Amino acid sequence: MGDLILGIETSCDETAAAVVERASTVRSSVVNSQVDLHARFGGVVPEVASRAHVELMVPVVAEALLAAGLEGPEVDAVAATTGPGLVGSLLVGVTAAKSLALVWDVPFVSVNHLEAHLYAAFLEEPDLELPLVVLLVSGGHTMLVLMEGHGKYRLLGSTLDDAAGEAFDKVARYLGLDYPGGPAIDALAMEGDASAFKYPRALVQENPATLPDDRRFAFSFSGLKTAVVNHVRNEPDVAAADVAASFQEAVVDALVTKARWAVEATGAKGLCLGGGVAANSRLRERFLDVCMETGVRAFLPSRAMCTDNAAMVAAAGWWRLQSDGPSPLDTGANPNWALPLLP
Amino acid sequence: MLRVNTSRVEETQALAAGLARLAQAGDMIVLCGDLGAGKTAFTQGFGRAMGVTQPITSPTFTLANQYAGDLIINHLDVYRLAHIDEVRDLALPEIVDDQSVTLIEWGDAIAGALPGGYLEVHLSLGQDLDDRQVSFRLVGNDWQDRAEALANLCAGEDT
Repeated sequence: MGDLILGIETSCDETAAAVVERASTVRSSVVNSQVDLHARFGGVVPEVASRAHVELMVPVVAEALLAAGLEGPEVDAVAATTGPGLVGSLLVGVTAAKSLALVWDVPFVSVNHLEAHLYAAFLEEPDLELPLVVLLVSGGHTMLVLMEGHGKYRLLGSTLDDAAGEAFDKVARYLGLDYPGGPAIDALAMEGDASAFKYPRALVQENPATLPDDRRFAFSFSGLKTAVVNHVRNEPDVAAADVAASFQEAVVDALVTKARWAVEATGAKGLCLGGGVAANSRLRERFLDVCMETGVRAFLPSRAMCTDNAAMVAAAGWWRLQSDGPSPLDTGANPNWALPLLP
Repeated sequence: MLRVNTSRVEETQALAAGLARLAQAGDMIVLCGDLGAGKTAFTQGFGRAMGVTQPITSPTFTLANQYAGDLIINHLDVYRLAHIDEVRDLALPEIVDDQSVTLIEWGDAIAGALPGGYLEVHLSLGQDLDDRQVSFRLVGNDWQDRAEALANLCAGEDT
């Protein structure tokens, strides 16, 4: 089985392509973000997104191949994110990947976007020991996953309402900050007092055993969002920096507390952070504290690997090719595809 | 316009459950109200009453989620759409069929682009953190046959 995988990612904002060898050596990784385009609209706009993916797909793939020093047919397989994501956006990457696989006569591999995020860690540290707890935090997802082996996942818990990144975006927009909201809150929070306001931490208690099993590792950020909105509505002159810092602290508190519980409950050897919110500086700081205190190995991918990219898709694709073989060419986009879990 | 005041999220969700009992395949429900008003919470109450067991989460980033209950539930969110013509990417005419019921958060923003009639549910924040005023408005004919049942629901009578 071939080892050079071309990965393609178009599930949301980014049009990305990368060439990765044996799921560990990144030969090239090109990400063309549409954030500037979306800033004008205050969020991901699917029509703009899918049209931009179409325009960027060919140049991005060409650049990834060039940077890897390859002619197209030299790759051994083409992997693409087929879900979850926006259907119009996914289809661009899926169609491109299947066409290239057909033309070059190499296998096509369908990759789950969430599984790809789990593999981002292996790109920078291929000898990562399992089992591993992964805290995946983005605009659309917030979950704690136990990775027992390659392709073997257990979902410990996920958000019951809003994703953490979504809460960041909505609070930022309410405070009149720029898009994307996460970095804007992060920057503003540096000038604020994180203990100025005590916003609620849902499903976080002194003793995790007092929470029901299906809530212990679950998250909820909707009440926090409402509390912040209510606060600012009732007190319009409040210092935005203090609100941002206190809100961020509440989100990070819930995330790292549950990550710590997950490590303690599973006996995992490592803790890994992934997803766009993993770029948040306060979360990174407190995540490292948890790893230090629990004595597990910390894995904090670089910011480029936390956010959407195609190198992680190529890495996950290589592992899927080893375990399941090529995917059929009639595989379509699957916008609701959940992370494949152990029974 | 029919109005109900609730003071706990469970009460709002019980109202949503009552609405779920009136819902029919092909229905569309538009959810509107400020950030944090409880549009997703309302949908959770609605979905649970339809037998959905998996968590119903905010569709803001994913734009469209689907759940299997007594009927298929389409849960959409147009918070991030800026232009009316972008709504066509949600493929509404294909999603809204005779097997499913569709709930659209922030749907008032795209009222002009909605196919057919719908029920508008407006949630507004009250004085206390959990106080809500929920109001129902029938747009078009689709819900007219259930106007009385809706009035009973708002009056707190079983239907």
